[in-house]
Amino acid sequence: MEEVKEPLFGKEEKKLITDPLNDNNPITVQVLGICSALAVTSLVYPSVVMAIAVVFVCGFSSLFTSLLRNAIPKQVRMIVQLVIIASLVTLVEMALKYFNYPVYKQLSVYIGLIITNCIVMGRLEAFAMANKPWRSFLDGLGNGIGYGAILIAVGFIREVFGKGSLFAGSPIEMKLIGSTPEYFINVAAESGWETWFSWYANNNLMVLPAAAMFIIGVMIWIQRSWNTKLVDIS
Amino acid sequence: MNIFIKSAFIENMVLAYFLGMCSYLAVSKSVNTAFGLGLAVIFVLGVTMPINWVINEYLLSENGLFGQDLTFLRFILFIAVIASMVQLVEMVVEKFSPALYSALGIFLPLITVNCAILGGSLFMVSREYNLSDSIAFGLGGGFGWFLAIIAIAAIREKIRYSNVPPALRGLGMAFILTGLMGIAFMSLMGIDPAALSGN
Repeated sequence: MEEVKEPLFGKEEKKLITDPLNDNNPITVQVLGICSALAVTSLVYPSVVMAIAVVFVCGFSSLFTSLLRNAIPKQVRMIVQLVIIASLVTLVEMALKYFNYPVYKQLSVYIGLIITNCIVMGRLEAFAMANKPWRSFLDGLGNGIGYGAILIAVGFIREVFGKGSLFAGSPIEMKLIGSTPEYFINVAAESGWETWFSWYANNNLMVLPAAAMFIIGVMIWIQRSWNTKLVDIS
Repeated sequence: MNIFIKSAFIENMVLAYFLGMCSYLAVSKSVNTAFGLGLAVIFVLGVTMPINWVINEYLLSENGLFGQDLTFLRFILFIAVIASMVQLVEMVVEKFSPALYSALGIFLPLITVNCAILGGSLFMVSREYNLSDSIAFGLGGGFGWFLAIIAIAAIREKIRYSNVPPALRGLGMAFILTGLMGIAFMSLMGIDPAALSGN
């Protein structure tokens, strides 16, 4: 009996990647993994680093769990999964410490908290334990990307409105709007922008942790008002 | 005592660091289950914190038992301690309160991946607490988490009767409420815990 050949990147596989971006977004729909990462979103740069780390951990832990899925006894599967995730996170932590120490300091415990990021664990339980390695890998990547996209979006809003800059702390730092000359739109009285942007002041609320909650709440609102099948009936 | 007050109110796990949000949002639909989960979290945090402190100090650090810097094993060991503690709590709850056990359902094992627990242990390491500090931090953090989940569950029970836009109902509202509560808790930030406890 010949086995039906599965395409490497067919329609199903594509769906695995795109689904988590909208219909099944880990943050706004599944509400998993909000824990570890919201605190890092006050700036874009750490959010991007965090997003990359989560995509990496999510994809590869799915891959390894799926490879081992027939060898893992049911009773201890949680611990096995946690060990897989924890080793991957340790790798990420070491790599980050080596390549980019300032960001490592800034993210501090939140890198370690990727271990307890429910989205990684959730995908392992829900998908990787029952599917073939390649598809699990894609599923993990897709969810990581859906998660990272929200992180970066929140980071973007918070940094632009809260600090007036973009990518602060990274090599491509941009200063968008502020009251000193090095900003692109500088609202000091002697610059030409003053007439248009004299109302401008940094919104300090955006830097507070609470702002992240508001932004995600509003994102959920927007997403559900146009994707009405997601509306919570209860 | 300082650290207890600080971690419970001023640096509340949920509202200032977003730790343990998953179960916080999912289990906060009724006050009863929130109460049970809150108690379980206090217990697990209070127990794992000193154990992890001992592990970190006497097994992993350079002048510990093995005389080598083994801190790269920290994540794996911490999570193993937490997982076994949660298993213990699960057995106890199943024995003494089957009703609560079935109400908590999947969320009891999920305490393992409750970021508040591992986050507490990692904060303890990065802030270099000593043993008594880490016990106080564990209990205080757990208590803060407990307070936050009870508060949000009570608000969510009431808000069911209000006229919220359909797309915002449930989850969206919970996020915004948490944000508002975070701002409220921020007003406690000016408190000096040393002055409160009189030393």
